[in-house]
Amino acid sequence: MSLVEETGRRALPVGSIGHHATGWWAMLSGIVTEGALFAYLLFSYYYIAAQPHGQPWPRELPSLLLALPNTIVLLVSSAAIWFGERGARRGNVTEELLGIAAAIILGLIFITVQFFEWHNKTFSIQSGTYGSLYFTITGFHMVHVAVGLLILLSIFIWCWRGYFGPHRHAYVSIGAIYWHFIDVIWLAVFFTFYITPYLMGRT
Amino acid sequence: MTEIEYDRVPNVADESHGSELSARLRSLWESKPGVYGWFATVDHKTLGIRYIVTAFIFLGLGGIEALIMRIQLAQPNEHVLSPEQYNQLFTMHGITMILWYSLPILTGFSVYLQPLLLGCRDMALPRLNAFTYWVFLFSGIFLYASFLIGAAPDAGWFNYVPLASIEQNPGPNIDFYAMANIFLGISTTLGGINFIVTILRFRAPGMSINRLPIMSWGTLTISVASVLSIPAVSLAFFLLWMDRHFGTHFFDPATGGQPLLWQHLFWLWGHPWVYIIVLPALSMVSQALPVCCRRPLVAYSLVALATVLTMVLGFGVWLHHMFATGLPTMALALFSAVSILIAIPSAVSLFAWLATIWTGRPDFSTTFYFFAGFIVVFVIGGVSGFMTGSVPVDWQLTDTYFVVAHIHYVLIGWNLFAVLGALYHWFPKMSGRMLDEKLGKISFWFVFIGFNVGFFPMHITGLLGMPRRVYTYSADMGWSTLNLISSIGAFVLAIGLLITLFNIVRSRRLGQLAGPNPWDADTLEWSTTSPPPPYNFLVIPTVASRSPLWEDRLGEKRASTPERGFALDHGKETLGTTMLDAVPDVIVKMPEDSLAPLLLSLALAVLFTTMMLEAWWWLGASIVAILIITMVWLWPRRNLGEIEGSTS
Repeated sequence: MSLVEETGRRALPVGSIGHHATGWWAMLSGIVTEGALFAYLLFSYYYIAAQPHGQPWPRELPSLLLALPNTIVLLVSSAAIWFGERGARRGNVTEELLGIAAAIILGLIFITVQFFEWHNKTFSIQSGTYGSLYFTITGFHMVHVAVGLLILLSIFIWCWRGYFGPHRHAYVSIGAIYWHFIDVIWLAVFFTFYITPYLMGRT
Repeated sequence: MTEIEYDRVPNVADESHGSELSARLRSLWESKPGVYGWFATVDHKTLGIRYIVTAFIFLGLGGIEALIMRIQLAQPNEHVLSPEQYNQLFTMHGITMILWYSLPILTGFSVYLQPLLLGCRDMALPRLNAFTYWVFLFSGIFLYASFLIGAAPDAGWFNYVPLASIEQNPGPNIDFYAMANIFLGISTTLGGINFIVTILRFRAPGMSINRLPIMSWGTLTISVASVLSIPAVSLAFFLLWMDRHFGTHFFDPATGGQPLLWQHLFWLWGHPWVYIIVLPALSMVSQALPVCCRRPLVAYSLVALATVLTMVLGFGVWLHHMFATGLPTMALALFSAVSILIAIPSAVSLFAWLATIWTGRPDFSTTFYFFAGFIVVFVIGGVSGFMTGSVPVDWQLTDTYFVVAHIHYVLIGWNLFAVLGALYHWFPKMSGRMLDEKLGKISFWFVFIGFNVGFFPMHITGLLGMPRRVYTYSADMGWSTLNLISSIGAFVLAIGLLITLFNIVRSRRLGQLAGPNPWDADTLEWSTTSPPPPYNFLVIPTVASRSPLWEDRLGEKRASTPERGFALDHGKETLGTTMLDAVPDVIVKMPEDSLAPLLLSLALAVLFTTMMLEAWWWLGASIVAILIITMVWLWPRRNLGEIEGSTS
C-alpha cells in the first residue's frame, strides 16, 4: 500500500481552521521578530545603563502610583481576550463579542493612563539619554498597543457581522495571541523601567 | 456558490486524469494576461524571476560604481572623482551589493525553487510574497533617488556615528540610507516569515524534516536568522534618525549616549547577515553539485547540521568587527575564539563537497566549473577570515585593503560563484531552454581569472598598509602596480559577467529545448515540465526518500510517487502538512491574484518619502491609506475558508 492510500483515507480540514491556519504560523513567526525588536530595545537600555555615562540617571525612584494599576489593567485585558476566544471556540457569539469589547476598553484605558504617566515625568525625550530611552521604548510599546487595538477592533466588527463560529475562528486566535504578546512585552518594559531601580536600591 | 465544507477526503489522481485535470487547474491558477495580471500576480515563479532580474540590475549598478572607483584607483593621484564623489560611490557600492543584491538574488532562487523542491503549488503566503518583492523594488528605487539630488549616503555601508551624526553630516545623505534600510528590512523580515511557514508547513506528504532538500535547510536557517537579526539594524537606523531630527541622545556621549551602541546594534545584525547572504548560496551548491557528480551528497546530515551551527555561531561573533575599539581583553579572547571555531562547520561542508566530487563521476558542465571555482575561493576567503579572527592580526590589518580582499572573497566568492553555477543549473527549469555551455565556460574563465587578478593583490596592498576608503594615494607609497593589476582584473571580471548576460538573452530564444529533467537530477522540481505549469504539479507528489527521482538506481524500493497523489482541484488549493513528519494536515485555500500588495507597498513608499521630507500631514494620509489597504487585504473571505456558515 503506497503512502497516498495510507494518508488519503482521512478527511482533512479545509481552509483556515484553528492552529492549522497558515496565518497562525505567520503570526507566531511575526511575534518572534517583534520579540527580537524589544530585546534589542532593552539591550540598548541595559547597555547604556551599565556603561559609565556622562549624565546621571534620574535621582528619584519611579512612581508606581499609575504604572502598577495600569499593568494590572493590561493583564486583565489578556484574560478578557482569552474569554472572548473561548466564546468563539464554543460558538457563543455573545461571549465572543463581550470578551473582545472588554479587551478593547481595557486597552484604551491603558493608553489613556499611559499618557498621564508620560505627562507626569520630569524629564523629556530630549533632556538626556535616559529620557530618550524611556520615551522611545515605552513609545514603541504604545504603538504596538495601538496596532493591537486596531486588530481587536477589526475582529470585533467581523464577529459582529457573524463571520466566525466554532469552525472558523482562526482570526480571533491570531488576534488574541498578538494581544497576549503585547502584554508580555509590557511586563518586560515595566520590569526594566519601574522595578529594576528598586532592586538596585538607588536612593 | 458551492456549499462550504469544513473537511473533505481528498481525491487521489494520477496521469490518467491528465488533460482534464490540468485544464481545470490551469484555469484556477493562471494569472490573467495583460496589465492587471502583470501587476496583480502572486505566482511564485513569476515573482522569483522578477527578484532575480531586479537583483542582477542592482549587481550591475553596484558593479558600475566599482569600475568607476577602479579607474580612479588605477594610478596614483588620479582625479576622475572628487573625494566627496568617491565617498558616495564606495558607500553606495557597499550598500547595493550587500543589501540590494546579495540576499535578494538568493531570495529570488528560493522564491522560485522552494515550492517546487517541496512539492507544493505556491509559497505559504502568496500575496505576502508579491508584497515583499514590490517593497524590495521600491526601497531600491528610494535609495537610488539619492543620486538624483547628488546626496547619496557617504559614511560607508556601516555608517558609524559620529561620522553619520547630524553635526558631521547635515545633508539628507544618511537619512536616505536610514529610511531605505528600514524599508528594505520590512521586505526581508516578511520574506523570512514566508519561507519559515512554507518550509515547515507546505512540504509534500512524506517529506519528513530529515528528507528536506539541502537547499531548503539553507533557506530555512537564514530565514530564522533574518527574523531574529533584522530588528537590530532597523532599530539602529531608527534611533539614528531620532538623534538626527528629534534631539534624542542615543549616540551622543556629551549627554550620556554611547557611540559604541551603534556598532553593537549594527554588528548584532551585520555579522549574522554575512552568513545570511552566503548560507543559501552554499546550500545551492550542496543541492546541485551532487547532480553534477551523479551521486547523492556525502554526509547530508552533517552538512545540514553544519549549516545550522554556522548560523548559531554567527550570532556570537559580532564583536570581531570591533576588536580595535578598546573592548575588555576577556571579550576579545572569547569572540576571537568563537570566530575561529566557526571554521569547523565551514570545513565540514567543504569536505562533504570534496568527497562528493571524489567519489562521484563529475560531469564537467559550466555549473561544475563555477562550483569548482567556488570551492577554491571559498578556501581562500575562509583562510583570510580565520586570520582576521585572531585579535593581534586584526589589529594590524583592520581598515586596510586586506579586509577589502577578504570581504570580496567571501561575498563574490561564496555568493556570486555559487549563484552563477546555480543559474546555469536551474535556468533550463525556469525558461525551458538550456544556456550555451561553450559561452558559459568562456564566461567562467573570465570571471575566475578576473576575480583573482582583481582581488588577490588587495591582500598584499593591505599588508603594505594601504587603508581602505581612501580616494587616492601618492606614487611613492609603492601601491601603484598592485592597484593597476586590481583595476585590470575588475574589468576582466565584468567582461565575464557580460558574456553570461549575453548568453541568457540569446538562450532564452535560441537555446536548446531542455525537457523536464535535462540534468537527470533527483529532486521534485525536475519531475514537472520546464517551465512548470502555473499550478506546479498536476497532483501533490508523495515522497519517501531524499532523492525521489533516483530511487530505482540507488537500489531502494521505488516508494515516492511524483505522478500520483492528491488532486486538490476544488478551487485554488494546496496541501499543508505537519512540521516534522510531513503528514497531511490541512487542505489550504490559496488566494487569487490581488492588487493589494502593490498598492500597500506604494503606500509604504509614500510613507518613507514623507518621513524624509518631514511632511507630517502627508505622513498621516499615507498611514490612513496603509490601514485601509491592509483592512481590504485581510478582510475574511469565503473562498479562502475564513468565514463560518454554508450560505453564499
